[in-house]
Amino acid sequence: MASLNVRAALVSVCLLAALLGLWEALNQPPAATEALTEFEILMGGVDQEARVPPPSQVAGRAWDELSNPFYDAGPNDKGIGIQLAYSLYRVLTGYFAAALVAIPLGFLIGMSPLMHKALNPFIQVLRPISPLAWMPLALFIIKDSELSAIFVIFICSIWPMLINTAFGVANVRNDWISVARTHELSQIKTAFLVILPAAAPTILTGMRISIGIAWLVIVAAEMLVGGTGIGYYVWNEWNNLDLNSVIFSILMIGLVGMALDFALGRVEKLVQYKE
Amino acid sequence: MSKPFVSIEQLAKIYTSASDELVVFEDVNFGIEKGEFVCIIGHSGCGKSTILNVLAGLDMPSRGSIIMEGKEIRGPSLDRGVVFQNYSLLPWLSTLHNVSFGVRARWPQWSKAEVLEHSRRYLEMVGLADSLQRKPSELSGGMRQRVSIARAFATSPKLLLLDEPFGALDALTRGVIQDELIKVWSETQQTVFMITHDVDEAILLADRILLMSNGPRAGVAESVKINIPRPRGRATIVEDPAYYKIRNYLVNFLVNRSGERKTGDSQAPTFIDPSISGVGNENSTNTETAALVAAN
Repeated sequence: MASLNVRAALVSVCLLAALLGLWEALNQPPAATEALTEFEILMGGVDQEARVPPPSQVAGRAWDELSNPFYDAGPNDKGIGIQLAYSLYRVLTGYFAAALVAIPLGFLIGMSPLMHKALNPFIQVLRPISPLAWMPLALFIIKDSELSAIFVIFICSIWPMLINTAFGVANVRNDWISVARTHELSQIKTAFLVILPAAAPTILTGMRISIGIAWLVIVAAEMLVGGTGIGYYVWNEWNNLDLNSVIFSILMIGLVGMALDFALGRVEKLVQYKE
Repeated sequence: MSKPFVSIEQLAKIYTSASDELVVFEDVNFGIEKGEFVCIIGHSGCGKSTILNVLAGLDMPSRGSIIMEGKEIRGPSLDRGVVFQNYSLLPWLSTLHNVSFGVRARWPQWSKAEVLEHSRRYLEMVGLADSLQRKPSELSGGMRQRVSIARAFATSPKLLLLDEPFGALDALTRGVIQDELIKVWSETQQTVFMITHDVDEAILLADRILLMSNGPRAGVAESVKINIPRPRGRATIVEDPAYYKIRNYLVNFLVNRSGERKTGDSQAPTFIDPSISGVGNENSTNTETAALVAAN
């Protein structure tokens, strides 16, 4: 009997093959029954219907794109690598700016019941707002579409990190705080030597949720602000009616999102501890 | 009479709610001499842990005060080390770093090598030389408590507070660690204040046992001197003629007399020395004791 991993991989591969096969089979243009006139060829052959391109075509497109990912042939024709790099740059900038605000603020809220009660109403009102709802206001105030997109990432990343940090800090076991107190640790030392490592797994969980949300939001934000980025690329290729590129970029969005989650997952493992 | 090393004066803990107030204990008075090993025994709810927490500076009394070396205890200090019942090790640190954490806090001017060397020495003392790099989750309950004891002793506190340190351990492990505690204590001659539920453990370890009456309105009723000569061993102590006298006296108190607290005894607890014949024998029900007493 093969190991669980091998069997799971086998099932995955079979499912993938079945899905691709079905997709391919359902999207074949009808075969020509007679020779086409010049006019018919110009009008798209006998296939009068727009079809989702089959995986074989998408794969061809992907090969073209991936073999030269960083070309830059003008504003509307950049390689997939460049587009993804723009998106990643925005996501990471907004995300780390949010972390710089959310983690210290979360510490404050977690350590001080007063601040928790005082700030909670603001958090409860601001948190459910769709990040894209901020876009018009951000564009008006910041007057820069690039920075507005980063702001939208900032505002959507902040909440899971803030709430998780506050929760993690507030729920550090009292015994550990007692240990810090009986060893006469200062507030700062207690925060760094005891509370931070104790709350780190919870904080990292928040950071992992945040990066996922940020990557979801950047696509929509870039569709709005335009210019560069993977979101803009998807929309631009839709306008070009190039469905091959649309499908290819959807897959790339998924892969990059998975990579971001994987990276945060590794960091989360590093700070994990067993009680 | 000069003040003892630690002096607990008129200590009381009262929880007040809107409707009434709950007096956990009041008028608690006793002293601890330097180098003394004092155990405190009492039924659950009498406030032993609260007294220990006040001594540690982690809790505030409602009334009264604790004076240590002429200064009132206000807040925690490295002069008072605590071993908690649930070990309270930091799970993300290795055994060695759990101890060096305390050592570094105690002597911030020491070099890294000195801190680690000192920590290692105390871990060797409790028989954990082979487990320095392991995390607490990889240790058994007994080993964790040893780390906790090493951490407390390594900072050389003037007063060591043990809150039922062996309560969660099985009887065999408990015995082994009791021996280790005796060993480390006899090497360091620290002043120790320990909570326990185990009468035998108290007799084995203590110079003096404080008996608490039941809560609410609990208090320290008696102070029982244990004059069994040291070094004591778990196996040999039962052969001491005084052992069963003391044991019966303590058990008799806990079973029959802990409920009655003489009203108005707000002063120091009565001093008892059960090994002096005539004390503690009258209620003896144990035939073994009777035999021993006869042999005397």
